[in-house]
Amino acid sequence: MRIKHLTLALAAAGMVATQAHAQTEIQWWHSMGGALGEALNGLADKFNASQKEYKVVATFKGSYPESMTAAIAAFRAGNAPHLLQVFEVGTATMMAAKGAIVPVATVMHDAKEPFDPKAYLPTVTGYYTDLKGNMLSFPFNSSTVMFYINKDAFKKAGLDPNKAPKTWKEVVAAAEKLKASGSACPYTTSWPSWTHIENFSAWHNIPIGTKQNGMGGLDTVFTINSPLHVRHIALLGDMAKKGLFIYAGRTNQGDAKFSSGECAMFTGSAGAQAGIKKAAKFDWSINFIPYYDDVKGAPQNSIIGGASVWIMGGKKPEEYKGVAKFMAFLSRPEIQMEWHTTTGYVPITRASYELTRKSGYYDKNPGADMPVKELTLHNPTENSKGLRFGNFVQGRTVIEEELEEVFSGKKDAKTALDEAVKRGNEILRQFEAANK
Amino acid sequence: MEKRVVFRSAWLPYLLVAPQIAITLVFFFWPAAQAVWYSFHLQDAFGLKTQFVGLQNFAFLFRDGKYLASFKVTALFSVLVAFAGIAISLLLAAMADRVLKGALAYKTLLIWPYAVAPAVAGVLWAFMLAPSIGIVTFVLKKVGIDWNWIIHGDQAMLLVVVAAVWKQISYNFLFFLAGLQSIPKSLIEAAAIDGAGPGRRFWTIVFPLLSPTTFFLLVVNSVYAFFDTFGVIDATTEGGPGQATNILVYKVYHDGVKAADLGGSSAQSVILMFIVITLTVIQFRFVEKKVQY
Repeated sequence: MRIKHLTLALAAAGMVATQAHAQTEIQWWHSMGGALGEALNGLADKFNASQKEYKVVATFKGSYPESMTAAIAAFRAGNAPHLLQVFEVGTATMMAAKGAIVPVATVMHDAKEPFDPKAYLPTVTGYYTDLKGNMLSFPFNSSTVMFYINKDAFKKAGLDPNKAPKTWKEVVAAAEKLKASGSACPYTTSWPSWTHIENFSAWHNIPIGTKQNGMGGLDTVFTINSPLHVRHIALLGDMAKKGLFIYAGRTNQGDAKFSSGECAMFTGSAGAQAGIKKAAKFDWSINFIPYYDDVKGAPQNSIIGGASVWIMGGKKPEEYKGVAKFMAFLSRPEIQMEWHTTTGYVPITRASYELTRKSGYYDKNPGADMPVKELTLHNPTENSKGLRFGNFVQGRTVIEEELEEVFSGKKDAKTALDEAVKRGNEILRQFEAANK
Repeated sequence: MEKRVVFRSAWLPYLLVAPQIAITLVFFFWPAAQAVWYSFHLQDAFGLKTQFVGLQNFAFLFRDGKYLASFKVTALFSVLVAFAGIAISLLLAAMADRVLKGALAYKTLLIWPYAVAPAVAGVLWAFMLAPSIGIVTFVLKKVGIDWNWIIHGDQAMLLVVVAAVWKQISYNFLFFLAGLQSIPKSLIEAAAIDGAGPGRRFWTIVFPLLSPTTFFLLVVNSVYAFFDTFGVIDATTEGGPGQATNILVYKVYHDGVKAADLGGSSAQSVILMFIVITLTVIQFRFVEKKVQY
């Protein structure tokens, strides 16, 4: 009897083992730490529970540049993951690596998974789509830049807390009143290049670079020293000099300055909402980013930041089938809604946006739909679809270095932006030569 | 009677040093050779296309005015780190050497920071000196200093120098303390009997006798400042504001590891390698003459 039980148990164990073996594993490297990482693991678990053939194994590989570096090293050594989450500035590098990646559109088509590029928000997919309309990578976590105000500070300064400044002129006026009321930091920003160069350009429908912001070819050059760019950066430099704008740093340092109550106005990622909700001990609101009302066509629409999922090349066909299934799973409206509402990233399909609205989430969380509204304010133009510049990690550093020279009063805006264009173009030429 | 050990075997000595040589070859010479190879090539991030471009990577660097400017930043940073690191640890070692009670506790505490990784040291100081929440910042603001290294380049430089020096002091301290303890007490006592005060005794007896240690530490600290400090910079200023703390080795790291530009990064590391080789040669040729063994 006992022996029989044992054999049965062994046989059962053997079956479980073979079943586990039959599952095709899909490796997914990502950069979502903390609460975001938990939400991502939740998606993978849900997918794994929904079917038996494939198993998505999500692995946290550090910050965006770190996981990209790790994947590049793994690719060179011949064991890249199937899926890799890459931040938006790495897009051109990934796209140029033709032998290393497979377009999402191709994988979906080969696996005969239903796939309609039109189902996705154009400002989100535009960033990751080639000129022929093929979606190259899967937009996973997308945010955009928003304008936040501290309503309590507005009240204290005698400003109407329900009327957030709409134009830069109004921002300056509000900042002056805030300063007069004793605010040590009327305005600050996170992500200076993304906000004040990249999104600023899209919002005012002016190009960041030639060739449709680099999407039309590697022979693009930066155009961020236009009169409007110079005007805006000069304004910020002037605000910095007067103590109306306090520079916080190159990444998201501005977030803490706002949520701690130190700064009264703030431009930062839509993803900053979660942190502000948690930390802020004051009343605040989320708004569209300011613009110059004398510029024709402004405001246009803002562009995204965040990351997309790239499918790496050289894997087995059945593995790609699993990848396609997973991408289809991620596009489902209810899955998108879950990701959108838990993380604050924007929903990537129209259907999921509708679903979230119908669920009443936006009524309970006023402002949560502002990012989508800002991204889709108008149909994107060549200037507001996104951007694609090679070696843009270096390019952004150059822009940020030059902006800092303006904010610290060492250079005037024109000189700094001319220099940024000159240095940035050298980097673009280097990338062009390496990827001919 | 001869006390030295003499190897009669022809191969045994080579066998004994072989592991060390193998490690040096694999971990030092091979990567260095690779850096030289990459510096003459242009490659995309994934290594799919490689082309020989001769000196183009170097030409690209020297066309960039900012790269040339970062030589100045590096020189300032290295001099500050090496000089401050050596001076402070010499002072601490001289003091610790005189302590009678609880000497072990002092010494242990002084050696402690050496176990801290450069990036952690950077974060630690960045926290204490953070522009809006730092505890030191709070005190500085009370006394009327506008402390914000996010925007003031000189303060950013001060921050990274402090973090880099703090981490290196322990190492220097160990060597100085050992050096001090090997100086015969009789020499110092004799001087004291002749009426020389502590200061006089230090500069005329102790300091010259310590010169081999000081020279060794000068070389080690320069190499440290040139090569090992990118962790401190990366965790704090990331080279900014502007280019105020963009030292050569940080740009190597940023371009190579973060931006996946291997050719450009390798060209920079080759240049850096030559600078340090030249500096070391100069130190051995000219500074070493002043050393009394």
